[in-house]
Amino acid sequence: MNMLTKQISAEEKGASIGQMSYAFVGGMSSHRKTSPSKARDVNIQDRNRGKTWVAEIQAIHTHQDQGAFAALFSHFAPRVKAFLMKSGADAALAEETTQEVMATLWTKAHMFDPSRASAATWIFTIARNRSIDALRKQRRPEPEELTWGPEAEPDQESALALQQECEHLARAVSELPEKQRVLVERAYFGDLSHSEIAAETGLPLGTIKSRIRLALDRLRHELK
Amino acid sequence: MRDIRHHLTDELLMGYSAGTLPEAFNLVVATHVSLCDECRARLHSFDAVGGVLLEEESASMAHGALEATLALISRKAQEPIQPKPKQPAGAFPGPLYDYVGGDLGAVNWKRMGGGVRQAILKTSKDATVRLLNIPAGAAMPDHGHKGMELTLVLQGAFLDDGERFARGDIEVANEDLAHTPIADIGEDCICLTASDAPLTFNSLAPRLVQPFLRI
Repeated sequence: MNMLTKQISAEEKGASIGQMSYAFVGGMSSHRKTSPSKARDVNIQDRNRGKTWVAEIQAIHTHQDQGAFAALFSHFAPRVKAFLMKSGADAALAEETTQEVMATLWTKAHMFDPSRASAATWIFTIARNRSIDALRKQRRPEPEELTWGPEAEPDQESALALQQECEHLARAVSELPEKQRVLVERAYFGDLSHSEIAAETGLPLGTIKSRIRLALDRLRHELK
Repeated sequence: MRDIRHHLTDELLMGYSAGTLPEAFNLVVATHVSLCDECRARLHSFDAVGGVLLEEESASMAHGALEATLALISRKAQEPIQPKPKQPAGAFPGPLYDYVGGDLGAVNWKRMGGGVRQAILKTSKDATVRLLNIPAGAAMPDHGHKGMELTLVLQGAFLDDGERFARGDIEVANEDLAHTPIADIGEDCICLTASDAPLTFNSLAPRLVQPFLRI
């Protein structure tokens, strides 16, 4: 059975399957032996599938909600750790760096903009920056930050639309032909140099880009 | 915001998002994105791919990791808060301002001949990035590339192969392109340019000075 139909039918039934912990064993050498489809199967059984985590991050910002942080931690910390290990960190460095990433999530919660990024996207960018710092010992120049001021915030509707767009993207990535999927993964886990990255990934990024562009236009308008 | 006509390639945006570009390229990309909302939106969409991949696998955290992280957060809360740097209003967008340690006036220019001046910025050694100041109407030495070269205009404009590049525009040149950018008349052209291989000059004189100039 196709993995998507499995996932949808499970959601329709309201099936609540306890969160399976998928232990990622070993370092870089072993992850390449892990087939992507196996990793996806584990995620289907994740009870947090479809959850956006936007409310939890905002609760940290508005009232330092430790319960919301604990929930975010149990979902994202193991994922950040696996990402760092796939990018070449050993288990000890990955553990330490993950704790720093999650602490940064707390201190920068006010900067999360759900009209431009999903929680996973935003946490990915924090983890990537920390890993460049920890693994490659390089400075990471970042673009000027554009943030909403206290008097204007992104509207719920555009935040919701963006979150849905990220869901669509996740589906599209899971449906990529194996060859292209592997290329995309290798690019993001640091296996490809910039001259080896190919533009023809088959990723449908047009719609999500347009959504983000609209959010940026609104933000620019507010900043004027 | 000026309407920018020359943008970054998907390969560069994906490499920046994945974190695999040399630091010198990262600086040019971050500076361009600060000026260009179209590429900022494209970059965020590549970041979204990273978010999707992040969700795919997990590794067990150590026992007591949450408590250790909460302790780290409360230690951080006691550190003095660094004032958020004000966004510069001069010629240099934030990331470049940070690397130079100021705006145009803070640049430590070195003469290159022909009125052209340069300032190499310190980054990791896998690629180099420099500021170039080309007098209005003057030509950059005719050169080809072994690797990739990015040139971002910060002030003035240059003409190359019938195309005009002004503030915020970026030219991405690879090894096939031998070119002679010429600064537009009117004002000096200031560019930020990065390359991952030494340039090769097509006339003898610049080739001789090349080792001294670190081009």
